[in-house]
Amino acid sequence: MALIELSGIERRFLLGDTTVHALAGLDLQINAGEYVAVMGPSGSGKSTLLNLLGLLDRPNEGTYKLEGRDVTTLSPDEQATVRSTRIGFVFQSFHLVPRLTAAENIALPMTLAGIPAAERNKRVAQALKDFGLENRADHKPDQLSGGQRQRVAIARATIMQPALILADEPTGNLDRHTGEEVVNLLEALNAKGVTLIVVTHDQGMGARARRQLVMEDGRLKTDSLQTPISNLAEISG
Amino acid sequence: MRLTDTLRFARDAATGYPMRTTLSVLAMSIGVAAVVILTALGDGARRYVVGQFSSLGTNLIIVLPGRSGTGGFNPANAITSTPRDLTIDDAGSLRRLPGARRVAPLAVGTSEINYGGKLREVMVAGSTAEFIPIRNFELAQGQGLPEEDWNRGSSVAVIGAKIREEMFGANPAIGQLVRVGDRRLRVVGVLKSTGQGLGMNTDELVIVPVSLAQAMFNSNTLFRIMIEANSRDAIPGTKDQVMETLKQRHRGEEDVTVITQDAVLATFDKLLGALTLAVAGIAAISLAVAGILVMNVMLVAVTQRTGEIGLLKALGATARTIRLAFLAEAAMLSAVGALVGYLLGQLGAFALRQAFPVFPAYPPDWAVIAGLSTALATGLIFGVMPARRAARLDPVQALMKH
Ligand SMILES: Nc1ncnc2c1ncn2[C@@H]1O[C@H](COP(=O)(O)OP(=O)(O)OP(=O)(O)O)[C@@H](O)[C@H]1O
Ligand SMILES: [Mg+2]
Repeated sequence: MALIELSGIERRFLLGDTTVHALAGLDLQINAGEYVAVMGPSGSGKSTLLNLLGLLDRPNEGTYKLEGRDVTTLSPDEQATVRSTRIGFVFQSFHLVPRLTAAENIALPMTLAGIPAAERNKRVAQALKDFGLENRADHKPDQLSGGQRQRVAIARATIMQPALILADEPTGNLDRHTGEEVVNLLEALNAKGVTLIVVTHDQGMGARARRQLVMEDGRLKTDSLQTPISNLAEISG
Repeated sequence: MRLTDTLRFARDAATGYPMRTTLSVLAMSIGVAAVVILTALGDGARRYVVGQFSSLGTNLIIVLPGRSGTGGFNPANAITSTPRDLTIDDAGSLRRLPGARRVAPLAVGTSEINYGGKLREVMVAGSTAEFIPIRNFELAQGQGLPEEDWNRGSSVAVIGAKIREEMFGANPAIGQLVRVGDRRLRVVGVLKSTGQGLGMNTDELVIVPVSLAQAMFNSNTLFRIMIEANSRDAIPGTKDQVMETLKQRHRGEEDVTVITQDAVLATFDKLLGALTLAVAGIAAISLAVAGILVMNVMLVAVTQRTGEIGLLKALGATARTIRLAFLAEAAMLSAVGALVGYLLGQLGAFALRQAFPVFPAYPPDWAVIAGLSTALATGLIFGVMPARRAARLDPVQALMKH
């Protein structure tokens, strides 16, 4: 069974009088444990797709099945629970809470989920060790380097042991070397079985994924899993 | 999210923005302090007046000449009534009433006192032996007026503390002869100093037998008759008896007014209590204003922290969690504000009491409780709207605002 099953997904935005088709007739299956890079020009709908997969947004049409369950019809609270337990986000601009320490930022998803402090501290300590942040635990985000911040963000994304990690240009704000480190961390997670979907503009980084999706105008232009022939047919059809 | 975590999160958020936090705490504390201080003033005034009235005497019934009945001004009365004088015999007749423990007639006027070449204007109160105990006056030296026939006053006087001081200085006053008006009177007693109260200032008073005073002022009428009832419960019955007796003596005409200290006290108590309430209400408006300020501060907070709210949603926070976090923050701002305001208010009331020791400026409990709970309630009520706005934010839009 596929982890993710999208069929006939439409996402439209109204901009004044014109309707923008951010996603149009999208069908997609992603299996558990896959490593997928989403690429394509600016405005092609990559972020919109990721938001949809992360249950931050709802499609206008179509169904989204996560682990076999139709999640588009869930109530906002049920969706929040799915986000809390099954999905981890990594953002381009890190999105750390500035007044919280690194440890507190990592613990935030557990705090929100109501996990007791003792359990939180145990898991945070482990995560700090795993991501090489032991002596940065009490630092605020503005006392951390970009790479450290993104490591805190990745630690936060994994702390609830999600099945799926969604990363929207996770290296976009990092230099090449630090970006490399961050990608290695994400790939290590994938190696442990977590499904990884990364939006990237970087061809080299995209090439490292086992599967590449290229988007254009809200449609899937190429999917490296499928043969070019069937792919062409899909676009023209 | 757990309650302790929610509170900690709210606390960190509040302390993370010191400027706006200080502002709303300040507004709230000024509101609460205003309630505490203003009600302390109002209630202090009430206590002061009530205290002063109580010091006039206990279980007092007072008869005034002329009718000014409870029905208010009556034009018919104004035309027909030429009030009959209140006489010493009227007062004497009241002594036989079963409910009356003591009766004292009172005639007043001003005159001059003269001793050893020193001259001074004084207030003269003509009364009887029971005047001093009825009015709870105390003697510093000597004794009060003698028990004697009310119509045949002996030539004696009891003088106030200040008069003794001015006339006699360090010399003994008791037994000395002074001249009051055209009379030579022997000083038999000196009153204890009481200072300025609601009633007459006894420090500058000379008390003489009532018949003497009437002769001095060449009048037959009394200013007041004071009756002390046997007990608090006996007041209404005795009051009726007094009225009845005087009516009979005045050929069936109700041409006197009988008031009880109780009634006067209750009226003042109610009046000043209402005043305190009104003042508290006005002060409470400042609390509402503070509530609106807290709301605006929280709305700014929601705007400022839109990105953070989007993040919390992405991390799995439910709308309820976000609502509670922002509500807790608003409640915290108002709670701390209320507490600071309470302390400021108590400090202000304390300062007032230090500055004016006679004035019992204590805030009443109800005002303190009402002030604090209004502060908390407004904080919460005005916190609801921003909290709901935060909870309703679209996560994608919110995340883009970073
Ligand atoms: N909230 C919105 N309102 C209106 N239009 C939107 C909204 N969000 C996205 N769009 C439009 O949908 C299209 C896809 O946007 P999306 O952000 O998914 O692009 P993207 O592939 O992530 O681009 P980039 O590489 O620049 O991040 C764009 O044309 C964009 O203008
Ligand atoms: Mg994008």
